[in-house]
Amino acid sequence: MKNKNAVSRRERIIRRLCLSPYSVWAVLFIVVPLIFVAYYAFTDNDFQFTFANITRFFTATSTITDDSGAAREVRTYLLIFLRSLKLAVISTFICLLMGYPAAYIISKASARVQSILITLIMIPMWMNFLIRTYAWMTILQDTGIFNSMLGLVGLHPVHIIGTEAAVVIGMVYDYFPYMILPIYSVMAKMDEKLIEAARDLGCGSFGVLRRVIWPLSLPGVFSGITMVLVPSISTFYISQKLGNGKFYLIGDAIEGQYVANNLHFAAAIAFILMVILLFCMAVFQRAANKRAAV
Amino acid sequence: MKMKPLAKFYTVLVMVFLFAPIVILLVFSFNEAKSLSVFSGFSFYWYRELFRDSDTLGAVRNTLLLAVSASLLSTVMGTAAAVGIFKLRSKYLRTIMDTVTNIPMINPDIITGISLMLMFVFVGRLFGAATSLSFWTMLIAHITFCLPYVILQVLPKLQQMDKSLPEAAQDLGCTPLRAFFKVEIPEILPGIVTGLIMAFTLSLDDFVISYFTAGNGFQTLPIRIYNMTKKTVTPKMYALATIIFFVILILLMISNLFDSESAETVRKAKEKKSKKMKENTK
Repeated sequence: MKNKNAVSRRERIIRRLCLSPYSVWAVLFIVVPLIFVAYYAFTDNDFQFTFANITRFFTATSTITDDSGAAREVRTYLLIFLRSLKLAVISTFICLLMGYPAAYIISKASARVQSILITLIMIPMWMNFLIRTYAWMTILQDTGIFNSMLGLVGLHPVHIIGTEAAVVIGMVYDYFPYMILPIYSVMAKMDEKLIEAARDLGCGSFGVLRRVIWPLSLPGVFSGITMVLVPSISTFYISQKLGNGKFYLIGDAIEGQYVANNLHFAAAIAFILMVILLFCMAVFQRAANKRAAV
Repeated sequence: MKMKPLAKFYTVLVMVFLFAPIVILLVFSFNEAKSLSVFSGFSFYWYRELFRDSDTLGAVRNTLLLAVSASLLSTVMGTAAAVGIFKLRSKYLRTIMDTVTNIPMINPDIITGISLMLMFVFVGRLFGAATSLSFWTMLIAHITFCLPYVILQVLPKLQQMDKSLPEAAQDLGCTPLRAFFKVEIPEILPGIVTGLIMAFTLSLDDFVISYFTAGNGFQTLPIRIYNMTKKTVTPKMYALATIIFFVILILLMISNLFDSESAETVRKAKEKKSKKMKENTK
């Protein structure tokens, strides 16, 4: 009995020794930095408490001229935020639309083909995203390869670079694998018998998809959506390169303030983005759990 | 199951979408002229230019130095942390650890980068330093975002491990520490290696967090690429991308090989075990 106590005490010491470096590290470099974001967001340059940074985000205005040449006064940062949200949602939706069938097809292939296809999908993920984005810039240019290919088949060249469409193409390309992989991993584990059972009970192909495969794949769909939406809403660089800097996104705004050394305002934008994302994800998670429960 | 023609066609289409830009990069890195849209002749000119560019070569060295140190340190700390988390009995503490570990993965990179940068700048100011951003701040940042991935690779392996194994080793006279190194570590090794490779590639590839935590003097390859793409780009960068592509391809193949090999050894070991068990029951 005594011996056993000694062992468990030693075990406890080992456990503590194992965990303590990481605990200290996590507090110092994960938790404390987030507190610093809030601290900077609510202080001015002399570290006096202020709401100015936050109110600036919601009230700062600027004048833009739209296509017809008429000048308009807009809320600068709200506009940027809504634009980021819009482009990110569109990109995520396209990723889902393209990725879901692809994940399904892959999950139905033989084991060897599956592993080859998944590796192929992962390779572009490991290419640096700056290079991937830049490659699209050269493809979509007015004199780029895309337009010369259109010319070859006798179509008129289109002007894509510098439009919102180009930014969406870049986002879809950069984050597409993050949609396929989680959906695929859920589908690969799906019990084939459930589908057979549904067929035996008189379900057609569409019925099987709607009543069996789709609900079962929802966890993968939900994590795919988060994995695409979060990076595409917060991205910078993509819009600078593919949108010719015309479509400032929230990430560009943060980076711009950082470069201009307005650390407090950069922190405020980051803080607001973080709060909104956390809120969205909590709501989303709740919806996901509810669906899973049903 | 055989693929239907439509499914095959769609898969090919997806692959074309994924690889077209990369193929174009590869092809134009061998272009004779500076053009990125008209191929005029095959040449290694841009590769020679690349190897003459001391800034880029320095960045490669910096990136490797950073990736090796960050991945090794995060693997050691992360494996220990996984063992500690695995042995936690309190559900409450476990939830806290899981939540904190998830933060760097859920948070957008830009927020992780900004938050670390703000802290470094603030602490640096406390000590009166003009700039506190350097190799060391980058190393801290890289270890921080690699740690969760290592932990999440190792934890499942610990959960799959037969719990009686380390106990048996201790009953046979091993000290807990010895049992840990002789029994537990070999059991979870595949997870540790996968974690190490993941940490290494994540560190190699990271731009956003590096961008915010880098000092002026320390330039990694992604930051170098960023600076290159600020101006008009020559195919020199394409040559660089091509080399990176093949390095990644080789790394992925090695890790796949290791994965299937370790799966193979596990399978064989299990077969042996079940055979022995059958013999014993006879």
